[in-house]
Amino acid sequence: MNLLDIFKRRSSAPVARERLQVLLAYERRNRSQPDLVSILREEIMAVIAKHVQIDQDYLQVSMDRGETMSTLEIDIQIPNKSAVPLAMAG
Amino acid sequence: MGKVVVVTSGKGGVGKTTSTAALGAAVAKTGKKVALVDFDVGLRNLDLIMGAERRVVFDLVNVIQGSAKLSQALIRDKRVETLFLLPASQTRDKDALTEDGVGEVIDKLRSVFDYVFCDSPAGIERGAQLAMRFADEAVIVTNPEVSSVRDSDRIIGLLDARTLRAEQGEQIAKHVLVTRYDAARASRGEMLSIDDVLEILSTPLLGIIPESQDVLRASNLGSPVTLSEPLNAAAKAYIDAARRLEGEDLPVVVPFERKGFLDRLLGRRAA
Repeated sequence: MNLLDIFKRRSSAPVARERLQVLLAYERRNRSQPDLVSILREEIMAVIAKHVQIDQDYLQVSMDRGETMSTLEIDIQIPNKSAVPLAMAG
Repeated sequence: MGKVVVVTSGKGGVGKTTSTAALGAAVAKTGKKVALVDFDVGLRNLDLIMGAERRVVFDLVNVIQGSAKLSQALIRDKRVETLFLLPASQTRDKDALTEDGVGEVIDKLRSVFDYVFCDSPAGIERGAQLAMRFADEAVIVTNPEVSSVRDSDRIIGLLDARTLRAEQGEQIAKHVLVTRYDAARASRGEMLSIDDVLEILSTPLLGIIPESQDVLRASNLGSPVTLSEPLNAAAKAYIDAARRLEGEDLPVVVPFERKGFLDRLLGRRAA
């Protein structure tokens, strides 16, 4: 460890400042526009739940947010036996 | 009509309750009628910091539910006669507070008091949103530390979106109060500086409260530091912040490192 290392280690505030600026710029942008992917996720799940009883064990949801494009992946396994449509059952 | 000021932060443990007590007491000492309202239902602590924990009979939830009158629930401070406390309830029922109920209580308080300070719970959930809902001004308590600054930014977003004033297209006046500021560490570049915090949050500064043992001692004794030790650096900073809140144009002086040999030897803190 040389003298420069000691100096570097001490000034952690500039690093904190820079990390915060980058993070908050991103968070503020997301805050100002409604989160489309989350809304889609909720509404799609609600529609499916209306017709099929979803077993949490057979459900996989993943969201991937990118700069220019985001993806929403919903993988639901519907076992044949329990796949009784609620609308018909009720 | 009195002013409603919410003391909020997002993050817990940054000094909301301590600051509510210290600011409220400082304003009340100038002769203004002040009510401190604890919104932390289930985890009330303002009564303890104010030294009134054994005098609580009725609370905010009792008033909202109509089982007690507002005048019965308000506790008058024994040191400053224009200072009152409305304690939170210790109930575990999260829905004990209703928006209409809170609105009614705040309206009544506003008509009687010059200042109503709402001590917000931590977080951004219902309790915190109700505490800020009817506020005219907000004091955002922030420690010069990354997670606190991030949460403050989030709270500022909520203040601009979810308060009644914001929804009516009006401005809610926001002020940042930096607490637990350690001048020595900031000067060594180990702690975010005041300029960093203000630049990131782009919100005006209400005051800088230096880290101080006396604040903890005041809490231990159940007295706001502005009443028990008004000459202490932290108390002075709170008193100045209270004056700015009342509209006085008072420059903020950033505490600086001023350690002499003797101070170092005795481990005294600067500021």
